[in-house]
Amino acid sequence: MTAKLIRAMAILTLVLAASTAVALVAGRQKIDFSSLLSDPFSRTLFFRLRLPRVLMGLTIGASLAVTGASLQALFRNPLADPYTLGISGGGALGASVAIALGWSMRVAGVPFVFLASFLGAVLAASLVRAIARTGAVILPGALLLSGVVVNLVTLAAVLTIQCVADPNSSLQILRWMIGSLDVIGVSPVGRMLILLAPTWLALLALSRQLNLLAIDEDTAATLGVNVGRCETAVHTLCSLAVGVTVAMGGAIGFVGLIVPHAVRLMFGEDLRIVLPGSLLLGAAFLVLADALARTALPSGELPVGAITGLLGGPAFLWLLRRRRQYAAM
Amino acid sequence: MSKPLMEARHLEYAYPGGARAIRGVSLSVEPASLMAVIGSNGSGKSTLIRLLAGLLRPSAGSVLLDGIPLAAWQPRLRAREIAYVPQATMTVFPFRAIDVVLSGRTPHAPRFGFESDRDRAIAVESLEAAGAAHLAERSVTALSGGEKQMVILARALAQQPRVLLLDEPAAALDLKHRAELMRTLARLRDTRRLSVVMITHDLQFTGSLFDRILALRCGELAAQGRPEEILQSSLLAEIYDDPKVRTERIGDQTVVWVDK
Repeated sequence: MTAKLIRAMAILTLVLAASTAVALVAGRQKIDFSSLLSDPFSRTLFFRLRLPRVLMGLTIGASLAVTGASLQALFRNPLADPYTLGISGGGALGASVAIALGWSMRVAGVPFVFLASFLGAVLAASLVRAIARTGAVILPGALLLSGVVVNLVTLAAVLTIQCVADPNSSLQILRWMIGSLDVIGVSPVGRMLILLAPTWLALLALSRQLNLLAIDEDTAATLGVNVGRCETAVHTLCSLAVGVTVAMGGAIGFVGLIVPHAVRLMFGEDLRIVLPGSLLLGAAFLVLADALARTALPSGELPVGAITGLLGGPAFLWLLRRRRQYAAM
Repeated sequence: MSKPLMEARHLEYAYPGGARAIRGVSLSVEPASLMAVIGSNGSGKSTLIRLLAGLLRPSAGSVLLDGIPLAAWQPRLRAREIAYVPQATMTVFPFRAIDVVLSGRTPHAPRFGFESDRDRAIAVESLEAAGAAHLAERSVTALSGGEKQMVILARALAQQPRVLLLDEPAAALDLKHRAELMRTLARLRDTRRLSVVMITHDLQFTGSLFDRILALRCGELAAQGRPEEILQSSLLAEIYDDPKVRTERIGDQTVVWVDK
């Protein structure tokens, strides 16, 4: 098992390194890497724009994929992800409220938009869970339906806010409704990482429990998993991670859905491999998608959310058709 | 009489917003014993088993393991002592059977890190004991109800518990596997001093093989004793609320049937 984990991590690290290299090179503006340090233009382009954007993509992709994998295990639902559970929508609503009201302050160094987005994500996640839970059972169909509806409602609310907000805020809101990794300088990525890296580690630390939960909730409890505590922890961690990524990059869909499935196809179902694997492959997937978004059109660029949707949606439907062994969804 | 391994004292349980499902039930589980829990549908059998497994908290009364209340046990340590096999498990992801069984080693394995070769050997052994060795590499989502049940039983055996709680494990099993299950349980009782509490409707077939039978009626303890004491027409007629239940002893077996 340890050998399998090492092999998986080695392969996925290579994939990640290659994807990162491609993403750093790809772009409309050619960067002359031989004169990177001597040429001020290349330097600015690379260190202020290209590199931060790739780092942002890595961070967001890793976060979305690892939360997707965790949520799928927690709810024993292969279709669960931040998007289909309404968590992204809740985060987007929270963030747009903060932007529209012009709350650009920081609380203990953390941008208030992050906090608002986190709160929105937590509220949406709790609402969806409360609706889907009947007694001791979470109904898979109800979970997804309520998630999708919460997403639609929050989207409508964001649109409403966008219409009544002042033009400046309105543009800002529009920017991440589409989902973009545009960022200037590495410090915003650093601020995200301070919040995100601990959530990754915490989720990875829960991978054994999540593995047992993915098999069955009752037997997980009799195997020593404190189901209630684990559920609350995963929920809070995922809301935090999704809240922060949504506040920075907008609601980018399908990464949390498609990446864990790809990892499972390659390395099996064990969450102790799927979680770290999703972290690596999610990062690789999003920077590649973003590289494509930056270079696909002859002029201008596509929103990365459109690319992940266009790639992820059909791939997921294909998976769904191929893998009929999923017992219940 | 030896010291009871597990004890329930005046257990009460009511589902939220529902009627009381268990009323004043006391019982004790001896080391190395096979106990059957019988009763009609809705009599509280599954609730009782879930209380004993620590999955439900009693609204009054207590469950003791080695004289210590279940709630006071560390979940991980408790999981080394008690294993539970539910009526059915709904595994959505296509885990391999061997990996599901291996997860039964969790309470024994280090907190972070994977199961050892020894754990793997125990998992294989448990699959064999459950008569499911041939299913090892199959994905659990592709198994039939009975096969899945055998895998989950193997997982519980891999926990190497002292108490095994089974919620109607035989319901999805064919005749051969029911017999095999009873033989395995009896063997583990004799070799490993395993105690089994098992819900069964299978009085006809396996009733006499248990050391003790406990009968529930409307959440209350209707009777408990040795099979020959419980498997009697008048008592069963009352437990199942059907006057046409008949029994007859043939050798050391009791045959149970219902008159037309």
